[in-house]
Amino acid sequence: MAELATVTLLINREEHSLELDTRTSLLDLLREHLGLTGAKKGCDHGQCGACTVLIDGRRANACLALAVAHDGAEIVTIEGLAQNGSLHPLQAAFVEHDAFQCGYCTPGQICSAIGMLGEFDAGWPSHVSHDITAPNLDAQEIRERMSGNICRCGAYPNIVAAIEEVSR
Amino acid sequence: MSVVAPSIGAPADRIEGRDKVAGKATYAFEYEQVNVAYAAIVQSSIAKGTVRAVDSAAALALPGVLAVLSHENAPTLSAEGELAVLQSLEVSYRGQIVAAVIADSLETARHAGQLVRVDYDVAQHDVELRPDHPRLYKPDRVNPNFPTDSEQGDVEQALATATITVDETYTTPAQHNNPMEPHATIAVWENDGLTLYDSNQGAWRVAQTLAPIFGIDVGQVRVISPHVGGGFGSKGTPRPHAVLAAMCAQHVQRAVKLAVTRQQMFTLTGYRTPTIQRLQLGADRDGRISAIAHDVVEQTSTVQEFAEQTAVATRMMYASPNRRTTHRLVALNLPTPAWMRAPGECPGMYALESALDELAVACDLDPVELRIRNEPDVDPETGNRFSTRNLVACLREGAQRFGWSDRIPEPASRRAARWMVGMGVAAATYPARRAPSTAHANAEADGTFTIRITASDIGTGARTVLTQIAADTLDAPIERVRVEIGDSSSGPAQVAGGSSGTSSWGTAVVKACRLLRAGQTEVSVDTSDDVDGGEPLTKQAFGAHFAEVLVDVDTGEVRVPRMVGVFGCGRIINPKTARSQFIGGMTMGVSMALFEETLLDPHLGAYVNHDLAMYHVPTNADIGEIDVAWIDEEDFAVNPMGAKGLGEIGIVGCAAAVANAVYNATGIRIRDLPITPAKLVGRL
Amino acid sequence: MRRVSEHRRRHRGGVALKPFRYERAYDERAAIATLAATPGAKFLGGGTNLVDLMRLGVETPDLLVDVRRLASDRIDETDAGGLRIGAGVRNSDLAADARVRTRYPALAEALLAGASGQLRNLATTGGNLLQRTRCAYFQDVTTPCNKRDPGTGCPARDGEHRNLAIIGHSEHCVATHPSDMAVALVAFEAIVRVVGLGGGREIPLVDFHRLPGDTPQRDTVLERDELIVAVDVPALTVAVNSTYRKVRERASFAFALVSVAAALDVVDGEIRDVRIAFGGLAHKPWRAHVAEAALRGSAADTDAFRRAADAELAQAEPLRDNGYKVELARNTLVRTLQELAE
Repeated sequence: MAELATVTLLINREEHSLELDTRTSLLDLLREHLGLTGAKKGCDHGQCGACTVLIDGRRANACLALAVAHDGAEIVTIEGLAQNGSLHPLQAAFVEHDAFQCGYCTPGQICSAIGMLGEFDAGWPSHVSHDITAPNLDAQEIRERMSGNICRCGAYPNIVAAIEEVSR
Repeated sequence: MSVVAPSIGAPADRIEGRDKVAGKATYAFEYEQVNVAYAAIVQSSIAKGTVRAVDSAAALALPGVLAVLSHENAPTLSAEGELAVLQSLEVSYRGQIVAAVIADSLETARHAGQLVRVDYDVAQHDVELRPDHPRLYKPDRVNPNFPTDSEQGDVEQALATATITVDETYTTPAQHNNPMEPHATIAVWENDGLTLYDSNQGAWRVAQTLAPIFGIDVGQVRVISPHVGGGFGSKGTPRPHAVLAAMCAQHVQRAVKLAVTRQQMFTLTGYRTPTIQRLQLGADRDGRISAIAHDVVEQTSTVQEFAEQTAVATRMMYASPNRRTTHRLVALNLPTPAWMRAPGECPGMYALESALDELAVACDLDPVELRIRNEPDVDPETGNRFSTRNLVACLREGAQRFGWSDRIPEPASRRAARWMVGMGVAAATYPARRAPSTAHANAEADGTFTIRITASDIGTGARTVLTQIAADTLDAPIERVRVEIGDSSSGPAQVAGGSSGTSSWGTAVVKACRLLRAGQTEVSVDTSDDVDGGEPLTKQAFGAHFAEVLVDVDTGEVRVPRMVGVFGCGRIINPKTARSQFIGGMTMGVSMALFEETLLDPHLGAYVNHDLAMYHVPTNADIGEIDVAWIDEEDFAVNPMGAKGLGEIGIVGCAAAVANAVYNATGIRIRDLPITPAKLVGRL
Repeated sequence: MRRVSEHRRRHRGGVALKPFRYERAYDERAAIATLAATPGAKFLGGGTNLVDLMRLGVETPDLLVDVRRLASDRIDETDAGGLRIGAGVRNSDLAADARVRTRYPALAEALLAGASGQLRNLATTGGNLLQRTRCAYFQDVTTPCNKRDPGTGCPARDGEHRNLAIIGHSEHCVATHPSDMAVALVAFEAIVRVVGLGGGREIPLVDFHRLPGDTPQRDTVLERDELIVAVDVPALTVAVNSTYRKVRERASFAFALVSVAAALDVVDGEIRDVRIAFGGLAHKPWRAHVAEAALRGSAADTDAFRRAADAELAQAEPLRDNGYKVELARNTLVRTLQELAE
């Protein structure tokens, strides 16, 4: 028998309370239960980043997050970024720079980029930071920090350009 | 006189771009259905044998499980090969579909799928491709319909008398397409017909293929696929799961959603065959090629034949009076190989362009100059003129943009700290094909236009480009043109494959829009009579790749900081989306050179690195600067837009440019892809 | 023809996404008691590996005891001048900590070389130590595997093993431990603080992970009821001059072929102190005691580095297709020490 649990989440500033199978991932909760299909399922194992959302302000793989374990969390998905019908600057930059082709990894890329820029602003270093005590956000840093989001169409140079524009 | 600025040539943003960045573009698995059920695939755990029995009891006992489908209760289908799902007890490869579970939740379906017990009689499998395999055979034709072998002149004699010869064998591993969106289908039987929300590269092809399998008219199948999360060939024909989804929906009389898992994609959705390619070149001291032989060994399955056309590009690439190409196959207990971005040209040109580099070394010639010296006046195979052939221009333009003159021909001559630095070049080509399509166009009362065509936008920019083509034909701004694609109810159309989409669909769009311009308000067109005829010409796109690589002298890690690609692809309809296509192809070329390899365990009879952690495709950090340019070219022999397809040429030759650069950096020639640290460390 | 039943080919518990109960723990003792009393219970941390393995059917818990809110997410100074890292500290927070970055740079670098930004945001310190091998066979429940299903055999030994162990493996298992963080922590002689039914104990990290021997199903010496509560990194002068070098095919987001965590203290051209650990070579992070002993007191030059690397790697027993790792480990260590000596 499926085990059920009640989960309450604040998703895109709206509270949702559901009785869920404990097995349900945050990703499947969004996609199959709430119709928020912006977060994508590319691998279901944390290996592609297409499911990236913000959990309590931090980027995370929704496929590996059990919904029940994140009871009470605040979630922001790609659907929660546009305000009053106008795109978030990163969304607009992705269109302008053609930073996607098929578009399937795109919501994850954009949510990841938002989280990444927050991490950089908090002073977090990366694997390629020459001085890990004082990193500087150049193209190489963006590439490394965005490497958790696979784009099989190969839009990486355009993704970097879009993020560079917004981060300036 | 037109007063509207032309759309063709403008770097228009993707029409669906706002939807895609907002998470509002709907992909196959995302259509909401009432009373939906979920299916999970059960795969064979043996590579060859027979299913004795399927025990569904434990699965059926789970609350929420609606049914288990296996050969024991599956309906009889009119299907062959990979699509004959659950039609036989025979197991032909590990991972073949042997059952499916349908349940009321995703979690329950997945769980129950693992409770289905299958008993087998196991037979000895054969999964290893070898050049001396006793069951090698000559297929009748190679994909899509080329002669299997070709021979002109006397190759052996020419090789025997050539001053300089190259005789090397290059191997490429099995590679899996891995589009980011896993293959998925929602099947709904309603009103005596079947509706599929499906991720594919041709909705009409899916309808046309599935209708007879279920004994219904093609008009009774509607396939809806407005957004597709990549395909790279793997969604070019319907896969077994689409048939299975329809079977499941029929069985439980509910809408059924079925997504192939990433792991299952390594057995159920096609892959690029591994190849063993022997390349022989004969030339004089000045590098003029007198003989080319390209002999290919590759695999197919025992389920159905797929014969990749690996050596076909070699038939027309370089002038040489004596030429031979052959293709030999062996049918193994593995899934059937299929299309993966530039099937044939991609692995074949890796070998040919690597051999050219070796010839350049042997002749002490610049590899750009070597290629220019062997430029043919006409297609050496047919004697036909080329409609356009700008390979030499691509090489020269690329050399200049790249700074090729800075290259030191002597290998292992340049260092930057711990990195050995090298530069490589390779040529590219891809056919400019066109196939019949139908389209419908309406001039609406409000002054707008609606075009309907079963085109497919898998990320190519097809929707945007077709809108630009229609706008120019109608002399209207793109804001007044709406192109509706990805719905089989719009009728027959070419698949998004073979770099033929824009060419094929664009021809139909132009034809329909010209009729509107002539005053009609509602038209339907068919280009079946338009796409052939005229002077027999060889129609190919060409290109040149330049790559700079860094090889870590201690570890053999290879990085590609910089690439230049220059292409002659006819008129570029949208520079923004075109550039993305080229960059994407080149990225996959780097990936082929350095990362991609599906690893076979011969004992198990299976590919074992079946996920994105173990099967490596590039991350953002792996891709450096890519400079893309194109030659000013128009080719109206190809189609009325003057444009050649560009979805595949970006990958063709790219791996050779990287491999040639690795040789220039290190003096080591790796002839079996991918070029990994394991193959270089200790030799630098 | 052989007759084979699917369920015998599959390991005993291999059922993906079996239903499980979920409890959130707020009390350490209660959580441990629950775990001890419930066969099939597992602690859940960030879930990045456990949920992954549950979806594959490799892990099939009946009960998940979520210790994420229980575990400390603090990094505190110890009285002895080291750091106490709470088991619940996220990998990303640990890498970003200013004290870690300046006093133990190899630890920050190892964390940053691991996984992806979004995974590091979920993954915890305790969970990182307990992550399981990425051997392809271990992760595929339709294949035999002694680690997953003892007694079924090790197909990797004669199969696909080019990224598996060259040191300390056994006929039963050739898996490697995948953590980067643990490699740096082993070099720094970290102590794992655990609490179980019988109270607490401290386990040197170098002894925490096991070699496979004939019980490869046990990755660590942790008892079933024991919970990691913290990791102590001792005060270590040499750690200030340390680095982590990870070699992989892809530039990012890939497991190591070989990695080296090294710390070096050179005074007047002579090595006063040194710490070295390898990743990607063995069933556990491999502390290079032999190399360290060879280097202590010797000249800080390339010859000495090479001799030390060769001495350590003399014990390597590569398999058919992973002999390259010996050369790779040797070169990587020599280069890393050269850079630290500069």
